[in-house]
Amino acid sequence: MADETLLSARGLSLSFGAIPALVGVDADLWPGEVLAVVGESGSGKTTLLNVLSGRMAPHSGVTWYRDPEGVLHDVHAMPMPALRALHRSDWGFVHQNPRDSLRMGVTAGGNVGERLMAQGMRHYGRIRAEAIDWLRQVEIDADRVDHLPRTFSGGMLQRLQIARTLVTHPRLVFMDEPTGGLDVSVQARLLDLIRGLVARLDIAVVLVTHDLAVARLLAHRIMVMQRGVVVETGLTDQVLDDPQHPYTQLLVSSVLQA
Amino acid sequence: MAYVAVKGGERAIDNAHAWLAEARRGDTAVPELTTAQIAAQLGRAVDRVMAEGSLYDPALAALALKQAQGDVIEAAFLLRAYRTTLPRFGYAAPLDTAAMLVRRRVSAIYKDMPGGQILGPTYDYTHRLLDFALEAGFSPPSAPEMPADGAEIPPVNAILAQEGLVEGDATTDAEPGDLTRTPLAFPAGRDVRLQTLARGDEGFLLALGYSTQRGWGGSHPFVGEIRVGEAAVAITPPELGFEIDIGDVAVTECQMVNQFKGSKTAPPQFTRGYGLVFGHAERKAMAMALVDRAMRAEELGEEVTAPAQNIEFVLYHADNIEATGFVEHLKLPHYVDFQSELETVRRMRAEAVAVKEAAE
Amino acid sequence: MKGYNFAYLDEQTKRMIRRALLKAVAIPGHQVPFGSREMPLPYGWGTGGIQVTAAVLGEADVLKVIDQGADDTTNAVSIRRFFGRTAGVATTTHTTEATVIQTRHRIPEVALREDQIIVYQVPQPEPLSKLEPSRAETRRMHGLAEYGAMHVKLYEDITRFGHVAISYDYPVMVNGRYLMAPSPIPAFDNPKMHMMPALQLFGAGREQRIYAVPPWTAVRSLDFEDHPFRTTRAPHACGLCGAADSYLDEVVTDDRGGRLFVCSDTDFCEGRRAAGHLGSEAGAETGTDMAAE
Repeated sequence: MADETLLSARGLSLSFGAIPALVGVDADLWPGEVLAVVGESGSGKTTLLNVLSGRMAPHSGVTWYRDPEGVLHDVHAMPMPALRALHRSDWGFVHQNPRDSLRMGVTAGGNVGERLMAQGMRHYGRIRAEAIDWLRQVEIDADRVDHLPRTFSGGMLQRLQIARTLVTHPRLVFMDEPTGGLDVSVQARLLDLIRGLVARLDIAVVLVTHDLAVARLLAHRIMVMQRGVVVETGLTDQVLDDPQHPYTQLLVSSVLQA
Repeated sequence: MAYVAVKGGERAIDNAHAWLAEARRGDTAVPELTTAQIAAQLGRAVDRVMAEGSLYDPALAALALKQAQGDVIEAAFLLRAYRTTLPRFGYAAPLDTAAMLVRRRVSAIYKDMPGGQILGPTYDYTHRLLDFALEAGFSPPSAPEMPADGAEIPPVNAILAQEGLVEGDATTDAEPGDLTRTPLAFPAGRDVRLQTLARGDEGFLLALGYSTQRGWGGSHPFVGEIRVGEAAVAITPPELGFEIDIGDVAVTECQMVNQFKGSKTAPPQFTRGYGLVFGHAERKAMAMALVDRAMRAEELGEEVTAPAQNIEFVLYHADNIEATGFVEHLKLPHYVDFQSELETVRRMRAEAVAVKEAAE
Repeated sequence: MKGYNFAYLDEQTKRMIRRALLKAVAIPGHQVPFGSREMPLPYGWGTGGIQVTAAVLGEADVLKVIDQGADDTTNAVSIRRFFGRTAGVATTTHTTEATVIQTRHRIPEVALREDQIIVYQVPQPEPLSKLEPSRAETRRMHGLAEYGAMHVKLYEDITRFGHVAISYDYPVMVNGRYLMAPSPIPAFDNPKMHMMPALQLFGAGREQRIYAVPPWTAVRSLDFEDHPFRTTRAPHACGLCGAADSYLDEVVTDDRGGRLFVCSDTDFCEGRRAAGHLGSEAGAETGTDMAAE
């Protein structure tokens, strides 16, 4: 593992009215590492994802991002154009509901090609070839390239969203319950795909999930959150096999019982 | 505080009505308006009341306008209410608008075509400058006349149809639905949708049609044709067994031609939106045609995203008699509901204070 | 006209519009909001163009108004009469004589000069409106020059139709920075905007926006390297003047499919005929029958 982190947060705090969503959260992410943030709904894990990705500003605390040239940027102080450019290039965001990210009235090829065009690529043939290549990588038949997403199944939509996100080769991808709302068999296939792509492309991922099985399959390290506080953090197998905090113990045991 | 004493408030209501009648009449030093004057000189208002009141009777519409002090929705309400009391003798044959006696006919897609552009009595090219001559009373010189040749003016759509460039008329042997007899149900067929729009609120349709032009469900419209004139109404009385004309109705028809649908496999073809309204009502007919086309989005394989494309949304909110009733019903007493709300809010506030005090 | 200021608008309003125009010229292609006034003509019928024309018109100007390329179309006649009445300026139908040309949907065929201004009537100034209806969002997209979505639209057209299926109001990049709606002129006219010697002003009354392209400014129609922008016109010569390179109107001559193709730019066509050019249908009259004109 590299010495220098890709993303580091210190003392992130945020509350919604009287309800604390984040309380002094620290987090580190190294290049190529998958970090799972787990907890029940209301634990603050999605808020943490939104803050780390600059989509939401914390009341206090700081998040640093190291760009490919090694320059550090304060995510919450970045000018809007720079942050949006980052989200179109070196970063990606995979939503739980692919409809939040895809253009449903635009073909699969157009969806995958959009980030390339946003980066200035102006050759139709090359954009289309890249799109077809990426559809293959996410196991969608190349002949679906001209089809509209609304003819796709839920699992295919999620894979299309992943292709659309990865086409610019981001180094950091934020994922919000990427397998939520899918059938169990579809979930398994998607998890396999994500694990393969992330390893092969050496992508760092911040993964939010309520599903410990998903975390165990994908994540190198895990952070357990309860009411905005990180109660336990460590290597995934260590935390799940030998939970130290009572809340983590409860989470793990409730999965075993289920 | 008359309103508080609603019990035994009959006198208050009577007095209010008396006051209303007095206010309606206005200054008695000014001559009273006759319904004949309204029918003759406020024709566009009369037309709108007939359309939204869903009853073709200029004299009654004029009366309704007088009674409603010119409040068009109130007048349409009066006509609707009157309409429900009338017996139904039968259903007319479909209007043949191709054969109508045209006093205005324009197309925006061809500079000229058989039948020509006939501007007719239009405000379109007037400058909207208040004409103080009208205030003083003014008899206009008679307009230039041209002998009518009596020939039918073929619909512009027929020109496009010759080349197969526009979708044809939907033909079906099924009886059209009747909105005034059968409650609205979904999925709603185009017959019922068009009925709803034809008597829908002009302002609502205008806003929805406008929204499609601004990107909320756009359909690249062109005015294929607008025609205004008199169309014959024919019925077949069972005792006769053949069709007879029973009179004419003034109508405005709009055929909107919308930019091609189609793909690599399906040939491009213009699609259509249709508007037909009682009286001279181009704004309403055009808006109706835009909304009609917008509501066909799903049928034509387009993404349904905008309000005007949402059939349920449009049909449930187009009727101004329904809308005005429900909005204005908020003036009626809601003491009981409100009281329970008050209690809930007070309890929640008290709990919040208690929690805060416990924390301190 | 008695009781009204020169060119209808009061001087304060004209100054407000001129300030917006100056800003628009300084930032080519950028839409400048302005306090559009109620005009005695309906929205959508050229209120933006009329306000811009009123603001730039001087007593010595010679005004030409065209709609669909023609001086004799009803709306052009109406607007020309409006300024004839409220400003008393000289009017003309000859492109070369005009100092100010107000237009709807066309650019004259004859190249414009540095001493001329062309004022476009604009129904929808936002080129992104069909992709993103929210104006708050499109302003942000312009601010950040995020125009990827517009290219997605072109990509989709090529995928579905084999070519870009925009035939009018074809979006352009102005001075390499702002995406701009050229108003609903045919794509055929787009190349005329590029490095035009005349000042180009755009007024959208209902949407309350003014924008401009200063003289000698780059205006590029969006395209792909392997699908370059190209213009199309009806594959005919003008039936009246024989021009083979002008933009043509299609006139239906009978109900058996008869068609006549004629120049949409009536002044251009008349000029050619006066110079002795004749088309195959020369002699056919195309005067439209307007019963109540």
